[in-house]
Amino acid sequence: MEPIVQQLTETLRQANANKTPLRIVGGGTKDFYGNPTAGETLSTGAYRGIIDYEPSELVLTARAGTPLTEIESALREKGQMLAFEPPHFGEGSTLGGIIAAGLSGPRRPYAGAVRDLVLGVRLLDGTGEDLKFGGQVMKNVAGFDVSRLMAGAMGTLGVILEVSLKTLPLPPAEVTLHQQRNEADAIRLMNEWAGQPLPISATCWTHGDLRIRLSGAASAVEAARRKLGGTVVDAPLAGAFWRGVRDHTDAYFTRGGALWRLAVKSTAPVIVLPGVQRIEWSGALRWLQTDASVATIREAAHRAGGHATLFRADANTNPVINNGGVFHPLSPALAVIHRKLKRTFDPAGILNPGRIYPGM
Amino acid sequence: MSALEKIAAIDAARQREVAAALRAFLPASAVLFNTEDVKPYECDGLSAFRQMPMVVALPANEAEVQRVLQTCHRLQVPVVPRGAGTGLSGGALPLGNGVLLSLAKLMRILEIDPLSRTARVQPGVRNLAISEAAAAHNLYYAPDPSSQIACSIGGNVAENSGGMHCLKYGLTVHNILKLRAFTVEGELLEIGGNSLDAAGYDLLALLTGSEGLLAVITEITVKLLPKPQRAQCVLAAFDDVVKAGQAVANIIAAGIIPAGLEMMDKITTGAVEPFVNAGYPLDAEAILLCESDGTPEEVADEIERMKAVMLASGATEVRVSQSETERVRFWAGRKNAFPAAGRVSPDYYCMDGTIPKRALPQVLTAIAELSKQYGLRCMNVFHAGDGNLHPLILYDANQPGELARTEEFGAKILKLSIDVGGTITGEHGVGVEKIDSMCDQFRAPELAMFHAVKQAFDAGGRLNPGKAVPTLHRCAEMGRMHVHGGQEKFPDLPRF
Ligand SMILES: Cc1cc2nc3c(=O)[nH]c(=O)nc-3n(C[C@H](O)[C@H](O)[C@H](O)COP(=O)(O)OP(=O)(O)OC[C@H]3O[C@@H](n4cnc5c(N)ncnc54)[C@H](O)[C@@H]3O)c2cc1C
Repeated sequence: MEPIVQQLTETLRQANANKTPLRIVGGGTKDFYGNPTAGETLSTGAYRGIIDYEPSELVLTARAGTPLTEIESALREKGQMLAFEPPHFGEGSTLGGIIAAGLSGPRRPYAGAVRDLVLGVRLLDGTGEDLKFGGQVMKNVAGFDVSRLMAGAMGTLGVILEVSLKTLPLPPAEVTLHQQRNEADAIRLMNEWAGQPLPISATCWTHGDLRIRLSGAASAVEAARRKLGGTVVDAPLAGAFWRGVRDHTDAYFTRGGALWRLAVKSTAPVIVLPGVQRIEWSGALRWLQTDASVATIREAAHRAGGHATLFRADANTNPVINNGGVFHPLSPALAVIHRKLKRTFDPAGILNPGRIYPGM
Repeated sequence: MSALEKIAAIDAARQREVAAALRAFLPASAVLFNTEDVKPYECDGLSAFRQMPMVVALPANEAEVQRVLQTCHRLQVPVVPRGAGTGLSGGALPLGNGVLLSLAKLMRILEIDPLSRTARVQPGVRNLAISEAAAAHNLYYAPDPSSQIACSIGGNVAENSGGMHCLKYGLTVHNILKLRAFTVEGELLEIGGNSLDAAGYDLLALLTGSEGLLAVITEITVKLLPKPQRAQCVLAAFDDVVKAGQAVANIIAAGIIPAGLEMMDKITTGAVEPFVNAGYPLDAEAILLCESDGTPEEVADEIERMKAVMLASGATEVRVSQSETERVRFWAGRKNAFPAAGRVSPDYYCMDGTIPKRALPQVLTAIAELSKQYGLRCMNVFHAGDGNLHPLILYDANQPGELARTEEFGAKILKLSIDVGGTITGEHGVGVEKIDSMCDQFRAPELAMFHAVKQAFDAGGRLNPGKAVPTLHRCAEMGRMHVHGGQEKFPDLPRF
């Protein structure tokens, strides 16, 4: 066993025996996300490096501490990408953190979420047991799908050591269009377009500005450009725009205040709440900067067929965070299953306790 | 597990008790226990394994499913869910002391929402029926197992089924949004949502492919995709299987994700050609079918690139379908490979390992050697693009010893798949069939974790028990416990 893994295992065994809470940290770029958790820091950053990458297999396997930038440049060199377009949220984003947070970027509805592209994981459970699930192949139904369960579990079910991901070729051509649309029209159009064979790879609406990214074969992108209309955004500007949307460095996100993430049914009508909204994912993702009450927001998300996450808190919403209320509450039946799963993977409750829900 | 094991006797008193309890709320026609009535349920698509169920329950709606589960829970009877029974790993094999819960009567398409591109359906709806119903809106449900005219969407979710087009469009897990399911105790779980993600752990992924061990699925919301405007297929012939395997890698390395990429070897084309008259080049050692779909512009581009890669990879012949009729004819042989195997041999046994594509030449060579060694013919037909092999071992169950030899041959193929870094099952599931090979693929602590996950949903172990995950005891008895670096001392053994 690798010395770093040995060390992590040892730490976990002791923490498990002594019930010492651990705060798992990769690059620390998503410390703002989820409920706060206290504990001794367990860092995965040193367990890094790409283990295997064979472009013709469409599979990359890397250690959890590998910086996202390293993975992305290795892929780019071979004309490939992580199709879920992971947000960076800072310089030091690591693979483990990307998987644990389960967040995907603008391409998500068109090419899949992080969980869709996870093929296998190696993890240490809360007792320090070294476990492998899934594998390095595209199709694998042997055993329960524990690998995908790790995506979005916020590190509460295990310390991710290694991950295998499906990769995809970079699109040969890309064009971003800009149109002026009101919110209701934008929602309707984004949905109508998604129901047609068009090479859309991202959509974003804010304040009357709708941007649509087309990616694919040059001929298909050109045909779609003619069909949809609007002005073509300069390529460098477009690139910077989508990076800003993905990493939340765009002006929309930098004005301060509480930021809510509402994942809803894509066709949900305009959500009427005070504040400024941004729409992505053909309508299925609505960002909201608002001072509306938590209950109002959760109710609105529920009515829209989805759930609300307090993505970034401000002074007013800090109590929500401190009460472990960042994520949408679970139904009682699901909460029972969640608690049992947590106990299964982490019997002493030492892994990022409370980060996802109180007691979990 | 071998088909030659077991056969449990049925306890008549218990049978009467359970049937009576179910008939308290189900019509007599929905509770079967006479031999001739339950006989059709004694096996699924893996017919070498047979077992008469104690009772078959056929609820017609969700409320009845819940009551069946509550009743069985009260009486502590194990339950085996069943969709259309086309599964190829014995996942729906009944239990002699259990209730076989058929979801076949829940077959309504509840809603199609063209704007949000979703369909809400009951579990007994046939896979193809969803695409047929969505066709009016120019939409379809992408995963297309070869069994799609018969298999149920509930079974597809339970197996995480794939199909010809899953290289580009994904497996079942990538194409569903939401489930309604009941625990073995009859508790409703609403999993996933109408949004693209849901709060909490990804139970949608966990339930997909769980082979009916965690919950009984009663409603599924699936994603629908716009129908591609055009599809065209390249047929490439090779004088060497290894070259064909290399061509597959070259296609992907060229940045192409074909809508389908399938390989058939010479034995297969020889077996199917007389039935489908596809015009396959019968002297080729292997042929590849490589499909492009999308807008007319995209397809025209991609077909040219595919042709170029095939020729550069040493194809001896490359044809491009010039019409929809011709495209369908190219595929006819591939789609009829299983039935053709059934015509050229009294019985066949379909394997389902997935391997990294770089191991294709090595594995195909080894299968050919095993075929000689066991004196059993083997047709290789498979999803080449994702490395999912379907060797079809041809045998005759009436010849003494042939089934046992076939099972041994099959187990060796699975072991080989693991050894080259692959898996024992790409899409057909473990069921009862591959349960012993799970001891080769996973170590004791991983198997223990699977059991613990099951317990989180089903503490009493009464939902489809004995399937998918072997007990550590069984692995140890088989002498197949995988010992890693000599450190494993089976610490968990006494628990099972
Ligand atoms: C000729 C042929 C070709 C095939 N081709 C393919 C292929 O290309 N790709 C592929 O992936 N598979 C293929 N299969 C396998 C099979 O069709 C699939 O596994 C299919 O999904 C099974 O569906 P079913 O409704 O028949 O399920 P069943 O066989 O009835 O059950 C399968 C499993 O699912 C469980 N189950 C069923 N319904 C539910 C429910 N509602 N809730 C909980 N658990 C449930 C059962 O307990 C069992 O474990 C093929 C089979 C045949 C016979």
